[in-house]
Amino acid sequence: MARSIKKGPYVFHKLLKKVSVNKQANKKTVIKTWSRASMIIPDMVGETIAVHNGKTFIPVYVTENMVGHKLGEFSPTRTFRGHSGNRKDEGK
Amino acid sequence: MARISGIDLPKNKKGLIGLTYIFGIGTSSSAAILDKAGIDPDMKVSAWTDEHVHKITKIIQDDYKVEGMLRSEVQLNIKRLMDIGCYRGIRHRRGLPVRGQNTQTNARTRKGKRKTVANKKKVTK
Repeated sequence: MARSIKKGPYVFHKLLKKVSVNKQANKKTVIKTWSRASMIIPDMVGETIAVHNGKTFIPVYVTENMVGHKLGEFSPTRTFRGHSGNRKDEGK
Repeated sequence: MARISGIDLPKNKKGLIGLTYIFGIGTSSSAAILDKAGIDPDMKVSAWTDEHVHKITKIIQDDYKVEGMLRSEVQLNIKRLMDIGCYRGIRHRRGLPVRGQNTQTNARTRKGKRKTVANKKKVTK
């Protein structure tokens, strides 16, 4: 079920603060976050956000097309390197 | 012969069903179109006059996205997902189910024909 429009998109408040600080200072520092459920909002375009996948932080460069998706969608949590003996898929 | 948006409609079907042969039109939108055009949905396609066909063509052109346009829109949406590298895009790229279905078994529609792995160890009893 979709989130109520009244509430607006969900963004972790600390992340929102860091993004606005970054925007004002015109800095391009990587913002680390665990908040995979946060929606990507237009303010984040151009920022690099390191999203935790349960183990490491995956840097995500936010582009315009990504607005409306959640941060976690860009930080895969599973690694599948192919089955043993499946030479074709290896190295992907 | 009724020809709408580049598709030959089947002659001996009822109008409601006949219109669904166009990609992008199912039974509900078909019913809505025929209702708007004031045509009995039970009327056979072969019984339509040129005027009827004209009316339907106009409604579809104005209000609906069908056939090639719709197909390319769908492709563009998929391409966008693949380009931004999100989870759904990755699943599209790998040809696996996108909406969280199980893949240990089944999922053959997305994965295609079974690829049997040679030299797989048999269970010996």
